Amino acid sequence: MKIARWLAGAVVIGVLTYLNFFVFRAPILVKLINVSLFSALFVLYRVIRGPSPADRIIAVDILGILIIGVLVLLGLHYDQGFFMDIALIWALLSFVASLAFAKVLEGRRLDD
Amino acid sequence: MIRHTIGMAFICLGIVFDFLGVLGLLRLPDVYNRLQAATKCVTFGSAGLLFGVFVLKGFTSFGFKALLAIAFIFLTSPIAAHAIARAAHRSRIPLCKESVVDLYEADHEIRKEGGHAAS
Repeated sequence: MKIARWLAGAVVIGVLTYLNFFVFRAPILVKLINVSLFSALFVLYRVIRGPSPADRIIAVDILGILIIGVLVLLGLHYDQGFFMDIALIWALLSFVASLAFAKVLEGRRLDD
Repeated sequence: MIRHTIGMAFICLGIVFDFLGVLGLLRLPDVYNRLQAATKCVTFGSAGLLFGVFVLKGFTSFGFKALLAIAFIFLTSPIAAHAIARAAHRSRIPLCKESVVDLYEADHEIRKEGGHAAS
């Protein structure tokens, strides 16, 4: 069972890497953006199937930081400055959201 | 040309760290292990990625916003991780079977026996 799960994960990651780097024809920056988006997909697996609520909160926190990276790379690719503004605002708001989730998990009120 | 190479190297390093951190988030057995692996790796990876963008763009507004984002991430991510770990430990989420020591729990019991107000 454990070996089957290991093998399934290795096959999924191998197929995605092969399709991304050897089949898909694009500039190298777009391929790197694809790797970040695959990472966000794996984080979404942990959001959906996390055994405890803390796992889901951690996954949402990590997803926020990953999205900052994706936004910065998109701004570099399209050569537009406003993606950086969105990334800064996203960083602050995801921090506030993580603190609020932690307080709710601890069982206190938000104004405590 | 040299600047482009160094910037792309930093960006690739950051992407690799991001991916390894997410792999740790998937693979490790426990809330606290997952939190440790994911927060450290993804924070450092995103900081390296933003520093690569700063090297690529130079001293423009784009590059300075990247540096500001590095400062935000380094300030906010450990605080959020600490708050989540504390909340998870207080809401009695168990540790995994292989864990050896739980110093936070021992500290809490000592504080309760000593008669101080457990906040």
